[in-house]
Amino acid sequence: MSRDPLRVIQTSVTQSPVIKTDQPPSEPAKQKGRFRPALLLHEDHDLCPGCGEPIAIRLMLEVIEELGQAQNSIGVIGIGCYTAFTSSMDVDLVQALHGRAPSVATGAKRMRPDSLIFTLQGDGDMVNEGLQEVIHTAARGESVTCILLNNGVFGETGGHMTATTVLGQRTKNSIEGRDADYHGYPILIGDLLAQLGGTVYAARGSVHDAAGVVKTKNMLRRAFESQLEGGGFSFVEILTMCPTGWFVPTAEGPGYLDNVLGAVHATGELKNHERLVTTAQLLAETRPSGP
Amino acid sequence: MTRRLMEGSEAMVEAAIAAGCRFFAGYPMTPFTEVLEHFAAKLPEVGGVCINAESELEAVGMAWGALATGARAATGSTGQGLALMQESFSEMTRAELPLVVFHMARGQGDYFQATRGGGHGDYRHIVLAPENVHEGVALTQLAFELADRWRNPVQIYGDYLLAHTAEAVVIPTSDQPERPPKDWAVDGSLGGSGRSRNLNPLGMEKGTKGIEPEPFWKRLQAKHDEIAKTETRCDTESTDDADVVVVAFGSMARFARHAVRELRKDGARVGLVRPITLWPFPTDALAEACEGVKRVAVLEQNGGQMIDDVRLSILGRAPVDPIGGISSDAAGFGIGPIFNPDNVRERIRGALEGREVAA
Amino acid sequence: MRTVESRGTITVAVDRCKGCELCIPACPPQVLRMSTDRNELGVPYPELLPGCTGCGACLLVCPDFCFEIYQYETPVEYEVNV
Repeated sequence: MSRDPLRVIQTSVTQSPVIKTDQPPSEPAKQKGRFRPALLLHEDHDLCPGCGEPIAIRLMLEVIEELGQAQNSIGVIGIGCYTAFTSSMDVDLVQALHGRAPSVATGAKRMRPDSLIFTLQGDGDMVNEGLQEVIHTAARGESVTCILLNNGVFGETGGHMTATTVLGQRTKNSIEGRDADYHGYPILIGDLLAQLGGTVYAARGSVHDAAGVVKTKNMLRRAFESQLEGGGFSFVEILTMCPTGWFVPTAEGPGYLDNVLGAVHATGELKNHERLVTTAQLLAETRPSGP
Repeated sequence: MTRRLMEGSEAMVEAAIAAGCRFFAGYPMTPFTEVLEHFAAKLPEVGGVCINAESELEAVGMAWGALATGARAATGSTGQGLALMQESFSEMTRAELPLVVFHMARGQGDYFQATRGGGHGDYRHIVLAPENVHEGVALTQLAFELADRWRNPVQIYGDYLLAHTAEAVVIPTSDQPERPPKDWAVDGSLGGSGRSRNLNPLGMEKGTKGIEPEPFWKRLQAKHDEIAKTETRCDTESTDDADVVVVAFGSMARFARHAVRELRKDGARVGLVRPITLWPFPTDALAEACEGVKRVAVLEQNGGQMIDDVRLSILGRAPVDPIGGISSDAAGFGIGPIFNPDNVRERIRGALEGREVAA
Repeated sequence: MRTVESRGTITVAVDRCKGCELCIPACPPQVLRMSTDRNELGVPYPELLPGCTGCGACLLVCPDFCFEIYQYETPVEYEVNV
């Protein structure tokens, strides 16, 4: 990775005074952002430094709050590193088995059609273990929102190949990089889901930089809104950093996401009601010169 | 209340709906298929939902979600389909979800699956084995009651005969027992309150980091011990003076009962013990009924499964011998030549005479 | 010497920081840098230099909920040696 902003900053502004940041400013100021979203009980978690999942979880909780759904939401949580957040997310939750969250969400939604029902799953959970679950749920047009945190590895086991691992990506069980002849190809789950009749909204966002975070939050908002409108299935895939599972320094996580995962799983809206866009089209638009 | 002629599948579905079941998800498989058909036809009439799940894995997951919201919900299959659901069964036990499972087995070869299960970890299910359609109705309603009372899955172990035999039955619709409140169920309402729920099989608590598995598992074990103490059900007939006690469950017991009554008419000192709960197994009742007998004869349509539990009950105080065995039709659906009153009577007579009975 | 204006500022939960450095390149005016000191977890943490706009980009990319964001009613000025 080429960028090393840390060193640049330290050499150029070493003479600047360091501003005290241990408490709120004494000068008159408006608070614009808080440590944690209202629907998070506490900030502590044991996820690795540089992990993208807490960033995505913040967005999800903020959107639930902003849509006025805090007292009307049921989350169905898969098994992965993000599962640790079930002890701190202040939303009614159901813990599902690995891969099975979309069916659990289906049963809950059918009994509580007016509740906002969402799943939170990783790529190992949704695209490996439970691929049929999410496809069938989308095809049935269940008015639930499935949220995929896609980092292209089994993070919790320490960096193993998943069904979304991109070609060439090194994992602990594809040590020379994912080889199409030997390991097969990654699944672009967003495309699979977008083309199903029951899907009204599908998008792929990323949390590798602030702009991506803002765009991803809008995707989550549109997905939840489309569920509340009752139209059908909605899906948001969020590319998240996993420096531990990628074997890169934390500071290189965003670049790795953008250059490796993002070059295959391109970000953008894949379906918004009638409008259908493929990942290939997104790639052509956003990376005309190729990965 | 009117008596209607219904096959077991239909009667048990009617009983479930009368007990307040409002959600079912299943995947067709003989001989369970008609349970799914009847739920699909009848649940929408009462505002319920029946989903034709794309797999057994998804069927049990859907029931999980419906149960989590506090609804009475069920799934079912036959042994092969239930094999696919085992991971969910064990975890739903730990999540303390009141699942009811309609198991229309292809015979009695799934006794181990029903009573031991193939899921992971320490867990137990209540297993109810109806002898006939009338009892199928009663045990279906009991299943929902026990599931709610104990927050534990309950399986109804039927078979081809139960599912497809038509009998005139009454479906009790009123006087259903009061249901315990489900303050544990998720409805979304506690979001943001600091007291939101986390319905999970891991013993995780909101507001604390990590899990403490051991105390959680011990609490569940204590619950299962309590179920074993209080929910054992057993039916005995003519055991007081018996030289031979026949032990049989489900449809097989129906044949055994007929044979025991015929042999009694001939003066034979033979009795019947029929476990109604396969778990908890009626160990004490069986041991008591078999006190002083010369022989305990186990009639089951499999290679010898319940006989293990019988031996653990008798503990060597009398010989325990199999008089059943594997017996199937060409399709493997569980209606073998063993389901023949004369055949069963001769096997029991053999046990009375101390002969070795060929399985 | 020159004057640098801060339109906003932040508070940093230093002891929660795991030192991932994601906030450093995310900061549009580039006024965050990693400390030479270490926190309770034993890792460097972000320090704020003059020029913060209160945009909140650091908060958006922080996996550990370490930032609170403020915008001053009147910008605050700092003297900086370049």
